[in-house]
Amino acid sequence: MIEDFRDLSGIQLDALKEIGNIGAGNAATALAVMTQDRIDMSVPQVGIMPFDKVAELVGGPDIPVVGVYFQVTGSANSNILFILSIEKAVLLAELLMGLPPSHGNSLGDMEMSAVAEAGNIISGTYLNALAMFTQMTLIPSVPAVGVDMAGALLDGVLARYGEIGDYVLVLENMFKKGDLDVIGHLFLIPEPGALDSILTALGVNY
Amino acid sequence: MSNLLQVGMADLKAVRTPDRLMTAGLGSCIGICLLDRIAKVGGMAHIMLPSSQQARSNQNRAKFADTAVEDLIVEMERMGASPKRLTAKIAGGSQMFNIGSSEIMKIGERNARAVVEVLGQKGIRILAQDTGGNYGRTIIFDSDTGELLIRTIGQGERII
Repeated sequence: MIEDFRDLSGIQLDALKEIGNIGAGNAATALAVMTQDRIDMSVPQVGIMPFDKVAELVGGPDIPVVGVYFQVTGSANSNILFILSIEKAVLLAELLMGLPPSHGNSLGDMEMSAVAEAGNIISGTYLNALAMFTQMTLIPSVPAVGVDMAGALLDGVLARYGEIGDYVLVLENMFKKGDLDVIGHLFLIPEPGALDSILTALGVNY
Repeated sequence: MSNLLQVGMADLKAVRTPDRLMTAGLGSCIGICLLDRIAKVGGMAHIMLPSSQQARSNQNRAKFADTAVEDLIVEMERMGASPKRLTAKIAGGSQMFNIGSSEIMKIGERNARAVVEVLGQKGIRILAQDTGGNYGRTIIFDSDTGELLIRTIGQGERII
């Protein structure tokens, strides 16, 4: 079993990146259909990083963000976190509800529910693509939405890896609307045992 | 002039009065602040997990409540503090996402219990604590006044 994520080879990392590509490509398409707008995605990043670097990816541990969290069970237990800034969450909710952009920065119940649903669809399509590709069964939990500091939303999820190591494997995708607008970050954080299942399914478990 | 030092996740630091210590975005993690007013030495640890005992990877001692408290005391002693005079303030240990009732997600609660227990074993009195809830905290500990400032999003600011 891969005990230390730093033991992963270049081929294994590339295979994981490819999963991110396929998953996020499908998720971006779903998001585009939902918002009837063009959604692009960045080249996925696969990172093996110390815990406190993860929050840096979204701007720092005390930056207020919206997080949609899913526990994934089945063939490869994992965690999915979709994180976006509060302004982008408001924008995404308005796009989904067919409202003109208000440039507001507070989320009501309706907006929270819309963002949870967007998270649901994004993670669902991501997992479906991953499941098709690997022939694995992957079942997401219902979404849990939180609006709080990035570090606080992340640390409960990261703590689960603390018993095993000091590093975490993060598959990161950024979705963009237009040229510049970063809509959000999607993190797939497989549990250590699950990583072996994924690598085996991809045929690169050596 | 007082400096403001950052304590990262699974990290600990000791300072002399009047320097301040800060750690940002505590969710289920806990910030443990210790102070010896006579020696004018303060310290902070940002722990992630309750115990190093069951962990398979326990090289980073600042990650766990038990070993972090031990190491912070040693660090503060080295700067002239006496373990007998130490007092504590703690904050954090929330549950950010409510999914089912799995024990794993209740890590914040387990952390808070473990910190209180470890400090009790070391004979360190807890002067104040702000733990639990479902929101994040950024904390700043003033080694001069002993005040612990807690910032939140949506739950205001307070000093304990």
